[in-house]
Amino acid sequence: MEQKRVVVYLNQFFGQIGGEDKADTPPQSTDKPVGPAVGLSALLPKNCTIVRTIICGDGYFNENLEEASAAVRQMLKELSPDVVVAGPAFNAGRYGMACGMVGKIAFELGIPAVSGMYPENPGVETYRPYLYIIETGNSAASMRTALPAMAKLAGKLANGEPIGAPAEEGYLSRGIRRNLFAEKRGSDRAIDMLLQKIKREDFTTEYPVPHFDRVEPAAAITDLSQATIALVTSGGIVPKGNPDRIEASSASRYGRYSIDGIDSLTPEAFQTAHGGYDPVYANENPNRVVPVDALRELEREGRIGKLFPYFYATVGNGTSVANARAYAQEIAAELVNEGVQAVILTST
Amino acid sequence: MVKEIERKGIAVVHVCTVTPISLTVGANRIVPAVAIPHPFGNPKLSPQEEFSLRKKLVERALQALATPVSDQHVFEN
Repeated sequence: MEQKRVVVYLNQFFGQIGGEDKADTPPQSTDKPVGPAVGLSALLPKNCTIVRTIICGDGYFNENLEEASAAVRQMLKELSPDVVVAGPAFNAGRYGMACGMVGKIAFELGIPAVSGMYPENPGVETYRPYLYIIETGNSAASMRTALPAMAKLAGKLANGEPIGAPAEEGYLSRGIRRNLFAEKRGSDRAIDMLLQKIKREDFTTEYPVPHFDRVEPAAAITDLSQATIALVTSGGIVPKGNPDRIEASSASRYGRYSIDGIDSLTPEAFQTAHGGYDPVYANENPNRVVPVDALRELEREGRIGKLFPYFYATVGNGTSVANARAYAQEIAAELVNEGVQAVILTST
Repeated sequence: MVKEIERKGIAVVHVCTVTPISLTVGANRIVPAVAIPHPFGNPKLSPQEEFSLRKKLVERALQALATPVSDQHVFEN
């Protein structure tokens, strides 16, 4: 069998360069498989070899999208692999966005790509047409099941074998429809499904109705000098000691904290509870995430009417969409009751 | 979170660094921030320069809130 070349993309953590303090590492590569690439190497078909592992910091990739993409594109061009495997990224948002972009770059070069992500990872929604994304759990605990599925699909892609439907192969739907010959004609299949539905049996739709959840933009604020503005953050800024014990990841709650009479968020009184980004800068000066000092000055200058005397905070790291939605609904109801006109929502 | 707040009729501006995520999630007014671990700051600047950078970014966010939009919009510079 012809030898096939595989290139793996990993972040700084799985690439064993370091933690959040190394998230600003630019793209680099190594001949040796590292981290998950070692496990993957053993699971790939015999004729597939990992020729290079590209590693880049999650912070660097997302903050320098053009430079990082250009560097990865250049590497993939030179290596000309038969398939690219990125991640798995599980529910890590920045990592998922980077893996998705690597998949898109590969797609543009005519190279198939595979990743692994939790369905709520923003990388899925943003990049799903460009690569195959195996559905994983929300943490690295699901590495054991993610890698074999990714290896199997990558092997098929490298060898040009036909790829089955999402449910058969374990990847998330790419929103692509393919023609096939069915045994029964459409009207028969529709009646079968209808009968199953009436009998309350399980059935699989052939075309799920797309769900677009868009909200109309609210009207612009006509007079900022009369408006009450509130601050909300997913960046985890909390009073020192984190009194509500908001979790560093997968937050199960949010907090409302008074800034009445407070001119600036000092490092003595506030900190971040957020995992997944280097907390040094936010702890040094929490205004870098929740800009109370700047808004106070604008309030004094009369540029805004009033800064709402509380800010709201949760941790966005790995927090489920359902939870984030519920927190924001409660927060919004309070803000409406308090007569707040506008919100500055900050994310890390 | 942006959407649930805006759904109640409150204007929201999302200030974040990874704007593609914000676009995917469905924020309507988006202002790009400085960096993931310090959206409203830059530790390499002097405290005065950093404060003025932060103030400018907040002013841009306020400008976004005061600008009528009919669809998603990223307010660059």
